[in-house]
Amino acid sequence: MKTFIEQLINGLSLGSIYALIALGYTMVYGIMKLINFAHGDIYMVGAFTGFFASTYFHLGFIPSLLLAMLVSLLLGVTIERVAYRPLRNKSKISILITAIGVSLLLENGGIIILSPQVRTYPQIFKQHMYSFFNGIITISNQQIVIFVVSIIMMVGLQIIIYKTKMGKAMRAVSTDADAAKLMGVNVDRTVSFTFAIGSALAAVAGVLVGIYYNSIDPLMGIMPGLKAFIAAVLGGIGIIPGAMVGGLLMGVIEALVSGYGSSLYRDGVSFAILIIILLIKPTGLFGKNVREKV
Amino acid sequence: MSLLSIKDLSIDFGGIKALIDVNIELEKGSLTGLIGPNGAGKSTVFNIITGIYKPTSGKVIFDGKSISQKPYNNTKLGIARTFQNIRLFKNLTVLDNVKIAQHIHVQYGLFSSFLQYKKYLDGEKSQNIEAMNLLKIFNLDKHAYNLAKNLPYGEQRRLEIARALATKPKLLLLDEPAAGMNPQETKELTDTIRFIRDKFDITILLIEHDMSLVMDLCEDIYVMNYGKIIAHGTPDEIKRNPEVIAAYLGEEDIDEKEILSIEGGA
Amino acid sequence: MKQILKNRLLIFIGLFAIYGIIQILLSTSILNDYYEINIVLMGINIILAVSLNLINGFTGQFSLGHAGFMSIGAYTSAIITYKLGLPFPLAILVGGIAAGIAGILIGIPSLRLKGDYLAITTLGFGEIIRVIFLNTEYVGGASGLSGIPKYTNWTWVFWMAVITIVLIRNFINSSYGRCCVAIREDETAAESMGINTTFYKTLAFTIGAFFAGIGGALYAHNFYIIQPETFNFMKSFDILTMVVLGGLGSITGSILSAIFLTFVYALLQDYAALRMVIYSLLLIVVMLFRPEGLMGTKEFSLKKLFKKGEKSNEFTLN
Repeated sequence: MKTFIEQLINGLSLGSIYALIALGYTMVYGIMKLINFAHGDIYMVGAFTGFFASTYFHLGFIPSLLLAMLVSLLLGVTIERVAYRPLRNKSKISILITAIGVSLLLENGGIIILSPQVRTYPQIFKQHMYSFFNGIITISNQQIVIFVVSIIMMVGLQIIIYKTKMGKAMRAVSTDADAAKLMGVNVDRTVSFTFAIGSALAAVAGVLVGIYYNSIDPLMGIMPGLKAFIAAVLGGIGIIPGAMVGGLLMGVIEALVSGYGSSLYRDGVSFAILIIILLIKPTGLFGKNVREKV
Repeated sequence: MSLLSIKDLSIDFGGIKALIDVNIELEKGSLTGLIGPNGAGKSTVFNIITGIYKPTSGKVIFDGKSISQKPYNNTKLGIARTFQNIRLFKNLTVLDNVKIAQHIHVQYGLFSSFLQYKKYLDGEKSQNIEAMNLLKIFNLDKHAYNLAKNLPYGEQRRLEIARALATKPKLLLLDEPAAGMNPQETKELTDTIRFIRDKFDITILLIEHDMSLVMDLCEDIYVMNYGKIIAHGTPDEIKRNPEVIAAYLGEEDIDEKEILSIEGGA
Repeated sequence: MKQILKNRLLIFIGLFAIYGIIQILLSTSILNDYYEINIVLMGINIILAVSLNLINGFTGQFSLGHAGFMSIGAYTSAIITYKLGLPFPLAILVGGIAAGIAGILIGIPSLRLKGDYLAITTLGFGEIIRVIFLNTEYVGGASGLSGIPKYTNWTWVFWMAVITIVLIRNFINSSYGRCCVAIREDETAAESMGINTTFYKTLAFTIGAFFAGIGGALYAHNFYIIQPETFNFMKSFDILTMVVLGGLGSITGSILSAIFLTFVYALLQDYAALRMVIYSLLLIVVMLFRPEGLMGTKEFSLKKLFKKGEKSNEFTLN
């Protein structure tokens, strides 16, 4: 029981991070029907920005986080502007190939510029364990930070999407981009805005992962990126609450597989989940079926 | 005897009834028109006959057999179609478009295509000759090696018919074959359709908005509105049917020419 | 008919000449071991690129799992020669067949999906294959299989590449191959022409996987060691770059770009990250400025060079 709860808490921490990354995937997919392969690498850049901000500029947690969000946001918007926008009316596959290219560029550019070595994240929060119920539940302050920050971000996102004009535009474009354009929505700006928010959330995930696992490297975005994508598919791609639930589920499943099975199988299990979902219900847990018009 | 009989066909799209108890009978060798305002459900009928959509209730019997839920099986049974929004293999040559449609009659096996045996060479040769003959009928042989996407609009429509015929169908479904054509092209198309019906001995069902073409060409006409068949008869009967006139006049954006051609006749 | 036989004979003589010249240069050591390794690699890459092009370029089913099929061929063939001590030609064949069977098993469920969903699913299957090898002690787990005999040489690679190219080319020029191309162009229209799209997609996928397995078998017997890590999805991206650069739907394009990118690989052997930066920039630049790749769907042919102005096209007999 104790290990189960421990793994559950670990899983929820990891899952919150997946959820933050998955939100970016799901928003971009909702609006452009594109799997932004480079999203995991934007998360990596966020983690590194946080690392440099706190290690070399000795900024505190919140300033580092904000700086990381800003840098990732600019990167995300630039990538969309330079690499994806010119291809928006081309086949889906050509944008997908470009996205793979951007992802490889960030990873390997990262290796060249930042060196492939693993960096140790500064201990922004000295680890401290809290026990409840005679030690049945133990939770670290880092995990608490992850939960609190993730919840703030998700609530903030809901407010942006449902209470602001830009959020309304995002919903309009994701329902029907052409119709939204005719109604006077500036589609280009809405897409940029979506990339900005998604990238900023990925940066938050990057900084939180740095704090939680203490180590970062230029290739750190690959696997979490793919898994967050799987989380988005699991919840129903394009659906924001789906990404949150999918992320948490993925985290918990992974923690349980690592805890009770073999960690070598962990990646395999994630992909198996993806395949099962795509084959049985490609629209995900929260999705609706749509019919192709002939 | 009837080649195609559609019995009490209904289909729902998420609660919206797109077809309600549709009944259609096509005599062998007949040339039948299916008309009606936009959104009446005409293309949906085609999509059900070809197996793309699954009806909620009702039956489609073709040549004595129930149709399959797989479009490719229905092609093998002898149903071929064109599409409302032209769906050619755009980046392939005109000739290849036709040769692809000949595939269900291919005369050589997979193995001999890997090794390009004599069987393959002979098969390709006869396929080429047949395809070129078909293109000649549609006056497209001079474009055989051009890419389909480079053809003018009217010729793309004709190529789509040629391609459908290459499957050697018993029933040909034409979805707005004259859309976007000028009067001269429409006239030529009318002659071509009549010609292929006689030459290939097939049954044709066509959806069309151009009333002069329908009235001129079809022996039998079904009229649809709001997912129902509202009238059935010869062109003369249809022209005088008050319900049909109402259906067309009731639609605000109807083109004046269409009303005139219904009232004035061909 | 006579003309066709004559052409075939000429092609064969040409191939034999290329083979002979390189063989002489290698055996007289004018081209040393370093060149031999890279020439062999070139041949393997050609096999991988052409076979992936059949799936991605000609049939239009975007797969990112080619490295997975390659690894099945590599491991199966290595088991046959190294563990069981059976002959190499059998190992190549069985490697291909094993990968082909995996192609059927993976293709049937995944090919119902389209576009990016298919891409990510095949990537997932490729990774699952890798995880399975990683957890199989019989083939060495994470440290892989080492001590595989070196059987792959210029002769094997050259003729296997020729066989791959000729068979895939012939397939594409047949009625069966045209069905695959039709699916790429418009799946709904293809289905309405009587083409069982699921069957032909799976067929192309299986043929592609079979040759990827052969590529893997040649790879395993060239490098002494194979590890699961060698066949991760980065390897699939490598092959994808060759196909995209050469042109989705052009066999000669794939051949040329496989040769070119193997050169780049050889030059930048010690700078893996720089090489990948170049690959990634190639992907982006090609997509932005020439999305059809170097050759588009066209084929490079000597005949066309000599007889300019004559109409010719890829899918009909000339």
